[in-house]
Amino acid sequence: MSIIIAQDVHKVYRMGEVNVPALRGVSFKIESGVFASFVGPSGSGKTTLLNLIGCLDQLTDGQLTVADQDVSALNYTERARFRGDHIGFIFQDFNLIPVLTVYENVEYPLVMVKNVPKNRRKEKVLSLLEAVGMSDQRDKFPNQISGGQKQRLATARALTTDPKLVLADEPTANLDSATAYKIIELMRKLSREIGTTFVFSTHDTKIISEVDTVYTLEDGMITGTLIQKGAE
Amino acid sequence: MIKIFKIALRNLYRQKRRTYLTMSIVAFGVLAVLLFTAVAGSFKNMMIGQITDSMLGHLQIHKKGYVNSLDSLPLNMMITIEQIEKLQEVLDGIPEIEAYSFRILLGGMLSNYVETTNIRLAAIDPENETSVTPLLKDRLLGGNFLVKGEMLVPDLIAKGFGAKVADDIVIIANNAEGSVNGKSLKISGIMESVVGPTGKYGYIDIEDALDILRMEQMEINEVAVRLKRIEDLERVVAHLQSTLGTMQNKEGKLVFEIHTWDKLSPFSSIANMIDVLALFIKVILVAIVLISIMNVMVMAVYERVKEIGTLAAIGTLPWKIRIIFVCEGLFMGIFGAVVGSIVGVGAILAVKFSHFTITFGRSDNILLNPDISLMQISLTALVVVIVSIIAVIEPAYKASKLEPIEALRKG
Ligand SMILES: Nc1ncnc2c1ncn2[C@@H]1O[C@H](COP(=O)(O)OP(=O)(O)OP(=O)(O)O)[C@@H](O)[C@H]1O
Ligand SMILES: [Mg+2]
Repeated sequence: MSIIIAQDVHKVYRMGEVNVPALRGVSFKIESGVFASFVGPSGSGKTTLLNLIGCLDQLTDGQLTVADQDVSALNYTERARFRGDHIGFIFQDFNLIPVLTVYENVEYPLVMVKNVPKNRRKEKVLSLLEAVGMSDQRDKFPNQISGGQKQRLATARALTTDPKLVLADEPTANLDSATAYKIIELMRKLSREIGTTFVFSTHDTKIISEVDTVYTLEDGMITGTLIQKGAE
Repeated sequence: MIKIFKIALRNLYRQKRRTYLTMSIVAFGVLAVLLFTAVAGSFKNMMIGQITDSMLGHLQIHKKGYVNSLDSLPLNMMITIEQIEKLQEVLDGIPEIEAYSFRILLGGMLSNYVETTNIRLAAIDPENETSVTPLLKDRLLGGNFLVKGEMLVPDLIAKGFGAKVADDIVIIANNAEGSVNGKSLKISGIMESVVGPTGKYGYIDIEDALDILRMEQMEINEVAVRLKRIEDLERVVAHLQSTLGTMQNKEGKLVFEIHTWDKLSPFSSIANMIDVLALFIKVILVAIVLISIMNVMVMAVYERVKEIGTLAAIGTLPWKIRIIFVCEGLFMGIFGAVVGSIVGVGAILAVKFSHFTITFGRSDNILLNPDISLMQISLTALVVVIVSIIAVIEPAYKASKLEPIEALRKG
């Protein structure tokens, strides 16, 4: 079953008088449970594409179905609800909530997005902190932990609501390569264990070996597909 | 909801100095309003007390049209003995009335056998009069209060005349028919002049006035009424209007007119001014709360664009983002209001117990007795809280409408 189906997706940004084409007819399918990645140089359209999949932005033309939902049909609030229900986000610069502790950051989506009762939250949060190896940091605030720890925490947060899909735009760009590698490995491990689809973007071709499916993006178009496992 | 409160509180704590500053501004505004309301209120009450208790009474009843022609002190608009009885019947039936007194206001000449001057006189029943205007006696600068056969001379005339207590003088006056009559009286005391309709009048006994005016029967042209509680004034006046105020004579004309003290004294405009000032200070408070909280919240939204983008991206619905910001503004308003109220009450008590005195009218050591009701405190606090919510609506709405991608792109 495909969790993402993109057909001839176009995205054009308008900058004043000029149109900037960021995606120029992108088509692909990503199967459920796959650990997939978009690789490409700066400006190739990786962020644009992930934003469209994540319902943070709207496409200009084409067809995009995410988790069986035609995402072009959603309005502002529906998109927020869709994101909360189906998608976990990991950001390049972590985007943790500074006033919440490690524990509370992971708990946040359960409280503010999903309304999960307290007793069921605790178990979930603790098991995720355990899974990302952050149990001993639970009472610290984001400014008290390292970059790698931040991204592990962000990974746990992205997974709290049991999303069908986790999107990570250059999750390792702000980390040194050793830490970056560990983060990718962690994501991959969690993807396997939980069966969640992970899609991330990177311009670091070294980590490709860890990934099931790699799409190469150049100039807003897919120029290569490398399928190492699963997917088509 | 508890989580939202927690997030809001921590966000406030994050900008400690700014938060404290804003709360202090709000608290200071509340303090200013409470203190001013209490002190000005007490000043106003005391001022009203001075005016009503030293000459006017709380309300007055005259023949219809009398107050408009007061300057000529007409003697053809008298309340007759039958009407007096009618009046007494009505006034005695109103439990809120403490006392009332009958007066004849007349113009005449005062002579000390050497010089002569015009004088305006209030003829009163001394006994009754002091229960309507208990501070009247306080206006005595020298000598004794009025007894029959004597008179109280206003200080300005006494000075001009070189008149002293116990001097003999003659009062000469025209009666309603135009015939002139005089009566010699002894000066029993000198009265201090005060501002107001009868403030510079001399006082004589009403029996002497009947003599001078050659009246066979008691006729008066002014009734002064004192209530037990001035708070009842409106109610009593309404009652009097519907009874006395609608009474008609044989020609179908209205007989009486009723005026409250504020319609008779120029000082009522000062009382009104105090109210206007108090309102003005309240408006300033609203502006302070509105501007300072809105300012801080606009800044907060601006600083936290990226964070708001993150909250939105991970699926926080717009209304929840709004609530976080509304809570922040609300908390500042609530804390400010609470602290301001506590300090305000403290300041009011401090003024009260420092026995702060001021000079006004007859008395130079009037104790300021500021007071504020719980109702007024809660009302002020409520206004502050409501205004702080209003102040935060716009920034909160703006936060909830941010496009997450735009917001996330911000560094
Ligand atoms: N908001 C925008 N307005 C106008 N043009 C934009 C906007 N966002 C992206 N672009 C343009 O679209 C193209 C694709 O940008 P995008 O950010 O998707 O690339 P990327 O692969 O993520 O690059 P990077 O590796 O630098 O993050 C670029 O040419 C970029 O200049
Ligand atoms: Mg990018």
